[in-house]
Amino acid sequence: MEHTVSIQGVSKSYGKHVVLEDIDFSSEAGQIYGLIGPSGAGKTTIVKMIVGMDVPEKGTVFLLNKKMPNLDILQQIGYMAQSDALYSALTGKENLQFFASLYKLNKAERAERIEYTSKLVNLTSELNKKVSNYSGGMKRRLSLAIALIQNPKVLILDEPTVGIDPQLRVSIWNELLRLKNEEDKTIIVTTHVMDEAEKCDHISMVREGSIIANGTPSQLKEQYSVETLDGVFLHAGGEMK
Amino acid sequence: MRIIALIKRILLQIVRDKRTLALLFIAPLLVLTLMNLVFNGETVDPVLGIENSSEQTIDMLKDADINVKEYNNVSDVENAIHKNNLDGFLQIHDEDQRLTLLNDDPGVSKSLEMKVKSVLNKEVQLQMMSGKNALKEKPNSQDSVETSYVYGSSDTEFFDTFSPILVGFFVFFFVFLISGIGLLNERTTGTLERLLATPIKRGEIIAAYLIGYGLLALLQTILVVVYSINVLDLTIVGSVWNVILINVVVALVALSLGMLLSTFASSEFQMVQFIPLVIVPQIFFSGIFSIDGMAGWLQFIAKLMPFYYAADALKGVMYKGFNFSDISGDLYILLAFAAVFIVLNLFALKRYRKL
Repeated sequence: MEHTVSIQGVSKSYGKHVVLEDIDFSSEAGQIYGLIGPSGAGKTTIVKMIVGMDVPEKGTVFLLNKKMPNLDILQQIGYMAQSDALYSALTGKENLQFFASLYKLNKAERAERIEYTSKLVNLTSELNKKVSNYSGGMKRRLSLAIALIQNPKVLILDEPTVGIDPQLRVSIWNELLRLKNEEDKTIIVTTHVMDEAEKCDHISMVREGSIIANGTPSQLKEQYSVETLDGVFLHAGGEMK
Repeated sequence: MRIIALIKRILLQIVRDKRTLALLFIAPLLVLTLMNLVFNGETVDPVLGIENSSEQTIDMLKDADINVKEYNNVSDVENAIHKNNLDGFLQIHDEDQRLTLLNDDPGVSKSLEMKVKSVLNKEVQLQMMSGKNALKEKPNSQDSVETSYVYGSSDTEFFDTFSPILVGFFVFFFVFLISGIGLLNERTTGTLERLLATPIKRGEIIAAYLIGYGLLALLQTILVVVYSINVLDLTIVGSVWNVILINVVVALVALSLGMLLSTFASSEFQMVQFIPLVIVPQIFFSGIFSIDGMAGWLQFIAKLMPFYYAADALKGVMYKGFNFSDISGDLYILLAFAAVFIVLNLFALKRYRKL
């Protein structure tokens, strides 16, 4: 099967500090991939390379068989950054409209996608409020709606559930699962919450700039003969030293 | 299409921000009005104390717009000046004339000194003439110099030459600050990064910022110019359209400079720190102070300041009545500044996305 995202032998360093070392990663449509690891492990740098905001020193990143960075391919990537990048002086609807108009969508499509995505994240009734009056969870949901606005094939979510209450977290994950199953999206999620990692089809453990373990959650647990992913995390990390 | 969406968003953000709107459109009018009132205040006649003087001298001093007060037997001149609120004191003992000046305001002292000297000279001449030719009564030889003005008239006030510079300065300052902070906010809230994860081109972002804030600057310019002409009674000798044109170009320079410098700031406060570094020196070299009198290397620095050219063009059109071809040189240089800043901006944005 064709790879939607393919990272081949990517390294990156800022000065003497090595951020990523020889990363290999590939994804297929209709799957959720988890990038798991402690803060500062290099997850966000990987994400930025996929989106084309950072370029590798060595190696290449391919998205839908096109070498990144590539502006046209960005039409097919939905990106949700770690911090909510929203215009707080504008209403939720105006934020959605603004981002929608940056993509190739006609007027009818735009209106339809705005309605669909806001319903998806349960914000329809709050759309005319200014974002400055939104709660943290509402902002997170709006960010997710913006990531989905142009109906992208690949979704890249950097810590999508940070600061979100458990109930909302469940509903966001249900939505991600639905997008994967019904719309055949490729979803790449970074997280350091292990019970979220359980829901991924495939996990890559990132530590100190390297991918130290790969596989389905059950494969990894088996490999390290532990009960939980927390155990995998600790074992894999311990092995390195 | 994307540019239009971005422009719409920028304008919407500004419209929502009432204080910034007020800063853009009301603050310049307020400062202009205040300046106008301050600089066009009535001049007060200097007060001169006098001792042992002839009636004739006193009359001539009064004719020269001096408020003359007579005193007798003053022993302590300084004390007399202080006690009676005088600007100066003139003592005449036969051939010996002594003028003591308070000099708390050098401007007042200079003009008083000049007036007194010219009156005393006149008197000496008058005596000489009356000795030679007693028939001639009126001493008109002194007043026979006819003065004409290349620019302005005898009624020209400091504010007339200063206001053109001020109009341009508002555009420069406010647009610099607001566009710089606008882009800075976009950086610090992460929306710039988010924006660059869409297929938008770097050039489109810069173009949208230039057009969006440029429109605001245009509105501001029109408002300031209309207000200056109609309310403050400022005369613009040249074409109003040229004034607006110059200000739009000034806005372009200020915009691109503000955006560029915001790259080197990590907070609004750091953006404000650029004011004494970047904005204030521009005022020194804008022509308010005589540039010809500066040291050679300072004159060279003046020519590196964009506002030097803006002030030159504005003063040219508004006060000297220059037409387009007279100011085109200044405009080209300003456009060159803007072009350089815009190209640097394109490179600065590469930090966020290489493409």
